Amino acid sequence: MASRLSIRKRRLARSTGGDLVIMMFLLIGGAFMVIPMIMIISNAFKPLNELFLFPPRLIVRNPTTKNFHDLMVMMAQSWVPFGRYLLNSLIIVFFGTLGNVFFGSLAAYVISIRKVPGTRFFMGIVILSLMFSSEVTRIPNYVTIAWLGWIDSLRAIIIPRWSSSMGLYLMKNFMDHMIDRSLVEAAEMDGANDFRIYWQIVMPNVKPAWLTMIILLFQELWRTQGGHYIYSEQLKTLPYALSQITQGGVARQGVQAAVTLVMMVIPIIVFLVNQSKIVDTMGTSGMAN
Amino acid sequence: MSSVVRKQSQVGVETRPGRRSALFKEMAAHKICYLFLAPYAILFIVFTVVPVVMAILLSFTYFNMLQPPQWIGLHNYIRLFLEDDIFLIAVKNTLVYATITGPVSYLLSFVTAWLINELKPKARAFLTLLFYAPSISGNAYMIWRIIFSGDTYGIINGFLMYWGFIDAPVQWLLNPDYIMPLVILVVLWMSMGTGFLVFIAGLQGIDPRLYEAGAIDGVRNRWQELWYLTLPQMRGYLMFGAIITITSSFTVAGEISNLVGFPSTDYAAHTIVQHLQDYGSIRFDMGYASAIAVILFFMMVVTQRVVQKLLNKVGE
Repeated sequence: MASRLSIRKRRLARSTGGDLVIMMFLLIGGAFMVIPMIMIISNAFKPLNELFLFPPRLIVRNPTTKNFHDLMVMMAQSWVPFGRYLLNSLIIVFFGTLGNVFFGSLAAYVISIRKVPGTRFFMGIVILSLMFSSEVTRIPNYVTIAWLGWIDSLRAIIIPRWSSSMGLYLMKNFMDHMIDRSLVEAAEMDGANDFRIYWQIVMPNVKPAWLTMIILLFQELWRTQGGHYIYSEQLKTLPYALSQITQGGVARQGVQAAVTLVMMVIPIIVFLVNQSKIVDTMGTSGMAN
Repeated sequence: MSSVVRKQSQVGVETRPGRRSALFKEMAAHKICYLFLAPYAILFIVFTVVPVVMAILLSFTYFNMLQPPQWIGLHNYIRLFLEDDIFLIAVKNTLVYATITGPVSYLLSFVTAWLINELKPKARAFLTLLFYAPSISGNAYMIWRIIFSGDTYGIINGFLMYWGFIDAPVQWLLNPDYIMPLVILVVLWMSMGTGFLVFIAGLQGIDPRLYEAGAIDGVRNRWQELWYLTLPQMRGYLMFGAIITITSSFTVAGEISNLVGFPSTDYAAHTIVQHLQDYGSIRFDMGYASAIAVILFFMMVVTQRVVQKLLNKVGE
């Protein structure tokens, strides 16, 4: 990595003026992005009287963990144990992501690497489908899912996710760009079958693609409330349970701030773990080429 | 590289006489590939293609979800354009959103990703998180409700009153004059999402030797490097980012309802998708809602075609 950077530095004389403008741009943009986020973190630690203060303060004065404590107490009083909500959310996130990455990349392999007849047309339809509002496809989908007998089961949320248009399109794009054709041909010479090429050549080389996909899917599925498909309380998800807790007007403002922070921190941790791996792979694959 | 393979696969299609049989032969030779495609394709057809086709058919019917749909031809479409004033407001607002937030967020995502990419790994990871965090965090944008809250506890009102610029709190989120710009601000705040992340990963994947070769070939500054070397390498990602941006900027709805209420004052922020939700989820007029979805679909497809034309010119 270090040697690569030093090569870049020697390569071109970047003008100091340009660097300065860029620094300013990133600083102002960064501040605009980060100030509301700081407020969210700060609000979670504010005692109730500080949430309603004039003039308002961005940063908490007397930080307290009371909001989190209140949240714990309310969670403990829940009729369905809170671990159950968490488990449901984790099941959805895990299986939803796994299936989408696996089936999506398998299909992307055929479309991007093999290009068998019909795949261009199929890809065209997938891209078009991205632009059709899911609002009106809800009713036909409900009918299908009811017919399959998946109502009030987590399958209703997990399995349709496995064919997300965005996931396939993303994988296909990364494969188009990142797979060295000669690598695939060499494997064919060695007599590797399609699954071997997919699993041992293509997938390791598009690691950034599926790490990015995991980030995006986790973020989306983590928010799932269960929608129209889940009725049983013991099958509801964590965001649903937390949104119920926070519906209590002014008195629950503190708890609400705590909930916002909790819901935010977990996808951010997943993001950080994956992002660090993306940077790792990029560094090594750049060298290996 | 890819053109070689494409040529190979087209050979079977282009030779006239045995065209069919050659095609079948090629398909049979790749049986295993179709098997790979099958799980995704079956789910995609069941959960996406069939519902979309049904929705398009429903757009020519009156369907209240209790009685069976009644065929009414183009009536829904005629009603939309001739009788529904609020729909026309929604179209206008959606176009304003799309033409402002679309290009701005797209360019910001790319430029930011490009600038961040030049930094050292630690700084890069930190700034990526900083810019990406608002869109990752679900309901985090609700903080803007507190910032622009209409009472004295609102951050903006509080400071403006404290410093004496205003005497009474301003109803930021209820005043039609402010609603639109504020929604645009918030949408831009959370627009560094999927596209941004893909740009970062894409830029990281460019072979550094390309730049070394470019420097020898006489690329003089970072702008030339961007135009002649980086952008052509990013073409697929750029199109991906464009489609994601088009779909998100044409379908802003939930954020608006949560920020400024549904419906917003004088429909000042009313968008096509909100209109669709109104008829689909509140009035249960699914035929009408489907017609709205079809029109929105065509608006996005046309935009996508135009953007594709523009992106093909990149790096030439």
